[in-house]
Amino acid sequence: MKTMPTDATDLWTLVVIVGLAVITVVSRSFFFISNKDWHLPHWAERGLQYAPIAALSAVVVPEVVMSHGVLITTWQDARLFAAAAGIAVFFWQRDVLLTIVLGMLVYLPLHIGCGW
Amino acid sequence: MIWSRQLRAQPLFREGMHDFLPQALGVAAWGLMTGVAMVNSGMSVFEAVAMALLVYAGSAQLAAMPLIMAGAPAWVVLAAGFCVNLRFVVFSLHMRPYLMHLSRWQRLATGYFVTDNTYVLFTRRFHTPGTTPAEQQKQQAHLTGLSAANWLCWMSASMVGIALANLIPTRWGLGFAGILCLLGIQCSLASSRLRIVAAAVAGMASVAAYALPLKLNIVLAIAAAVICALVVESFKSDASAGGRA
Repeated sequence: MKTMPTDATDLWTLVVIVGLAVITVVSRSFFFISNKDWHLPHWAERGLQYAPIAALSAVVVPEVVMSHGVLITTWQDARLFAAAAGIAVFFWQRDVLLTIVLGMLVYLPLHIGCGW
Repeated sequence: MIWSRQLRAQPLFREGMHDFLPQALGVAAWGLMTGVAMVNSGMSVFEAVAMALLVYAGSAQLAAMPLIMAGAPAWVVLAAGFCVNLRFVVFSLHMRPYLMHLSRWQRLATGYFVTDNTYVLFTRRFHTPGTTPAEQQKQQAHLTGLSAANWLCWMSASMVGIALANLIPTRWGLGFAGILCLLGIQCSLASSRLRIVAAAVAGMASVAAYALPLKLNIVLAIAAAVICALVVESFKSDASAGGRA
């Protein structure tokens, strides 16, 4: 387990990485692992529609609106403007790459230049 | 499989590689950024290379990094990775009839290489699964060509990103590009009102429950969002639950 940034490689992290590789295989092959024809229960199939966006949101939102474990109280934070710009660009152009590029073009000057 | 000379000799193998080309710039940029983000998040170069080579799933890698570095328990990291990958579970349902003529190991090896891009390009090209062995082999050759090109593009860009990351000071905060990438994918999944509701519930729950140990706020937020969406859906059967994941 990592307690501070370090250049050392640790075994626990490698075990988790191998586990994530297994997750990749299982999720990408999920419905053709078995030779038998089978179906998920209806509620689970419906749940699949919402879990991916929920998972992303659960990871992303705290990374944008919190620092050091508490909700930020200032609007002078580069991440807020970058995320807003990114969302706006996405719904304008429907392009993930442009979202990243323009979001960073907003983020970097505010973060490095203004120290937000 | 890429090691089958018979598949590579098929014209459709080259065609598959060619069909990937329009996506190359986007995939390369995303791979580069993921490589930089892995090292900037505090992973060692060896860990970052191992993650790129083994996990081969950008969004799951980006979601897992902060959790690994925060010392979350393995099952939470794996659960978060699986949830981010759930869109592939939906893809696999669609891909099943195209692959069932293969042996199980061949299916797993093929499935491992099915990314967002290859899935979209392959199913756009072949609307129905092949019915004769010749057709099935052609489709397999095309998918193998797509997968090979996608893998090469992603991996080389990831390695360049990992190599360059040490030249870039961490305080620039380039790792935030990883969050923007996840945000972009999140927006691309927002294809119905209920999905937007799920995203909003998950975001608020994740912040509200942030103090929970072991990054359990992520698990709790996903559960709360899915339950909310299913409850609202059952009340409003007319709500358009919308699109494939």
